[in-house]
Amino acid sequence: MSEPANSLGHSPVSFYAQSPTPGDVSARFPDLHPAFEKTAAIAEAHRCLYCFDAPCMSACPTHIDVPKFIKKIATGNLEGSAKTILDANILGASCSRACPVDVLCEGACVMHRYNKQPIEIGRLQRFAMDALHESGAPLPFNPGPDTGKRVALIGGGPASLACAAELRRRGIAADIYDARPLPGGLNTYGIAEYKLPLAESLREIDLLSQLGVTFHFNTTVDAAKLASLEAEYDAVFLGMGLGAIHKLGLAGEDLPGVTNALDYIAGYKSGAITTAPAKVAVIGAGNTAIDAANAAVRLGATEVTMVYRRGPEQMSAFSFEYEHAKQEGVKFLWHVVTAGLEGNGKLEALKLAKLEATADGSLVPVQGSEFTLPVDLIILAIGQATHTEFLSGDKVKLERGRILIDRATGQTSNPKYFAGGDCTNGGREVVDAVADGKRAGIGIAAALEAN
Amino acid sequence: MPTLETTFAGIKCLNPFWLASAPPTNCGEQIMRAFDAGWGGAVWKTIGAPVTNVSSRYSSIDWAGQKMMGFNNIELISDRPTQTNLDEIREVKRRYPKHVVIASLMVESNRESWHDIVDRAEDAGADGLELNFGCPHGMSERGMGSAVGQVPEYCQQITEWVKEKARTPVIVKLTPNISDIRIPARAAKRAKADAVSAINTINSITGINLDTLEPNPMVDGKSSHGGYCGPAVKPIALNMVQQVNSDYIDGDPIPMSGIGGIGTWQDAAEFILLGSGTVQVCTAAMHYGYRIVEDMADGLLNWMRQKGYNTIDDFRGLSLPNVREWKNLNLNYRVVAEIHADKCIGCQLCYTACWDGAHQCIHMDRTEGKAITFAGTDPRYAMHQANPHGMPTPDQRFAQSIMTISTTPIPKLDLDGLGELGPYATPLTRIPRVDEDECVGCNLCSLVCPVPDCITMERRDDPSIAPNTWAERVAAGAVPTGASDPNHGNPNHS
Repeated sequence: MSEPANSLGHSPVSFYAQSPTPGDVSARFPDLHPAFEKTAAIAEAHRCLYCFDAPCMSACPTHIDVPKFIKKIATGNLEGSAKTILDANILGASCSRACPVDVLCEGACVMHRYNKQPIEIGRLQRFAMDALHESGAPLPFNPGPDTGKRVALIGGGPASLACAAELRRRGIAADIYDARPLPGGLNTYGIAEYKLPLAESLREIDLLSQLGVTFHFNTTVDAAKLASLEAEYDAVFLGMGLGAIHKLGLAGEDLPGVTNALDYIAGYKSGAITTAPAKVAVIGAGNTAIDAANAAVRLGATEVTMVYRRGPEQMSAFSFEYEHAKQEGVKFLWHVVTAGLEGNGKLEALKLAKLEATADGSLVPVQGSEFTLPVDLIILAIGQATHTEFLSGDKVKLERGRILIDRATGQTSNPKYFAGGDCTNGGREVVDAVADGKRAGIGIAAALEAN
Repeated sequence: MPTLETTFAGIKCLNPFWLASAPPTNCGEQIMRAFDAGWGGAVWKTIGAPVTNVSSRYSSIDWAGQKMMGFNNIELISDRPTQTNLDEIREVKRRYPKHVVIASLMVESNRESWHDIVDRAEDAGADGLELNFGCPHGMSERGMGSAVGQVPEYCQQITEWVKEKARTPVIVKLTPNISDIRIPARAAKRAKADAVSAINTINSITGINLDTLEPNPMVDGKSSHGGYCGPAVKPIALNMVQQVNSDYIDGDPIPMSGIGGIGTWQDAAEFILLGSGTVQVCTAAMHYGYRIVEDMADGLLNWMRQKGYNTIDDFRGLSLPNVREWKNLNLNYRVVAEIHADKCIGCQLCYTACWDGAHQCIHMDRTEGKAITFAGTDPRYAMHQANPHGMPTPDQRFAQSIMTISTTPIPKLDLDGLGELGPYATPLTRIPRVDEDECVGCNLCSLVCPVPDCITMERRDDPSIAPNTWAERVAAGAVPTGASDPNHGNPNHS
């Protein structure tokens, strides 16, 4: 199926209305950071010092003018506040919920040095964006006058969405091709439901589609498809993200009861998974691993264990994510490696071995330290592979599987190809993908205009 | 131990804190509760001419999330029967003989009416009389209140009528709705008033309802100018109190009961330092209740003890000699701003304030070499190159900032082992620098800085150079003769 879901001038299909998340799953994942009540938002907005050239703005990859949108909340100009946010970040609503603000805007807030209480920028941003969504108003932007130029975007995640918005504002047609049935990529399918509900991601994309962005769902782009797109379009944006999660490479990995974190998170968010078995192990200790472990707890597992080869000081998850997992009741096995999967017809236990560091820093199993952890389900979260096979030949220059780009314009080594998001940075945050997509959209428009 | 007991125009006071004539002093029951809370005196809600009040009556303006920075009212004088008020004055004085009850009076402008009300108020036991020549709304349209206070002859005439009869001290309450408040004050002195009080409320419209386009406070879709008061008016009141208390025309200054935006002991101390013998409070008590007087008394006593003052009179008026005409200020005194980097949080409010609101002498160049050229190619900023110091403008810096590429840090990878909860030190790039040669010492940066003691004003004049004032320069013939004189202009901006 490759029917455009909408086109400019027609009433767009509501993706929001198609949200598949079951109510009883949603009920188990209430907002981790609840919405501001109005008077609380205004009081918090008044606390902002209104810094000049603010550090929060610099820390934000999309450079949202934070003091500006916060002061607009303080004056009751919520419409202007939302426009300020969207002007810099077309996915301002998703980012307000999904961003690790502790290491971004709120981490940079000067209040850390003033009274130790940073402004709650993320929640204020959500307040302004929620107000826009509740008002039913469209995006405060119009498509630019039609230039006749057309761009194909591979992948429907945040990078492509942000790129498409910039293109549409400049009168360039933006056709998004995505393998899934709904848009948004990891923004829709990959973020813990208590941070960003799937439906909220779709609601934001509904607004975006009013700009005339066209979607082609259930469409896998292979080398042949790419060749035809390249011939058909004036430019191609690569925003397909990363590929599948790595496997352990052990016997038994095909047993029922073995899954990976992205499938697990997408599964419960889209209603395919509604309960968890009693004993769950998560292999890995990144942010996605923690999202999966917390999800297993919320879905009913009684014992969730995270298994990691190194110690807590080396885990790649943010420390606030680690703290959150501990609060959820997740247990941790540090300095342990998975040595085998055991089970008869389905997974029954993990064989684990303790690790110790050698003089050169490498980790080796301790002799005789093997033990068994009974599990019903293991969730692999040990990093994603790249997904660049369809870029056969030397179409664009890669480095360790990542697409090389000019950071300022998103342009690849092939002048007709631009790229952004996880496929270029190896996997960062939604807001990084949005920033990449925004720069690439502006870069594509400039390049097409120069032609 | 210091004491708050004091004597004002011959009236003994337990403390200098009086409730002003207003809704908090509407009736005896209220005033007795106020005395229980610690107020030393109360000026009764004005008694006299018959009135009918409107609904609604009050409005206010809020500021940055704080309620009632300024307050106004269109309420008239007491709408209770005069005899009821007088009976209650008698009862309050019977129960609280040591507390001060002042009767505020306003009647039609004829001798008989004033003689009658003075007699009745004093018979009821009032310790003194306050003549309401200040109320700016409603009553003034009927020839009373500020309509009297704005005409020195009326002010003098009525005060003389009152003095013919009065056995207790007479306080004339002055209106600020006049170009020079000293004029009615002199009229009061000529009429042998015993004291003055200032200021009454200021004519105001507090705001417009942006939904209905009706001003506040709204009465059936309409409003009327009302009397403005509250914290916002304190600077205006302090100035007027100082002007009256430093005025020696038509006699030495007479006792002053200071009024206008007083809500704390600091406010009270300031009014007393400018010569007030008592202070009167209304808005703060309307906002928070009578209980505020506890800290006013406690705080003032603590401050007096720290400063070594035993009585109100020990510090009353001490700041008056420090207020001079501008022409008598020392032109050779010079301070410059100093930013204490260890306290700076990097908000850059001083930077933008100095560039847009002052003299463009704070720069963000601590980590830049001298040769840096900045965003000079952007045609939008071409005009900025004309700035007097050749430095990048705030807009250029902002434009530079939003062009930088930043990414979400990955712990252990990007944060160099510090972790995302690093020490939060202010980066040197965000700590502004003051160009002392260009700084005119205006104070603005230190005023906008949110951090106490982060920006201080440091003295930089040569102490060996004698003070020199404009008046002295005029006397010596050493001032520029006009706008085309080559010596015209501040030497700091040569």
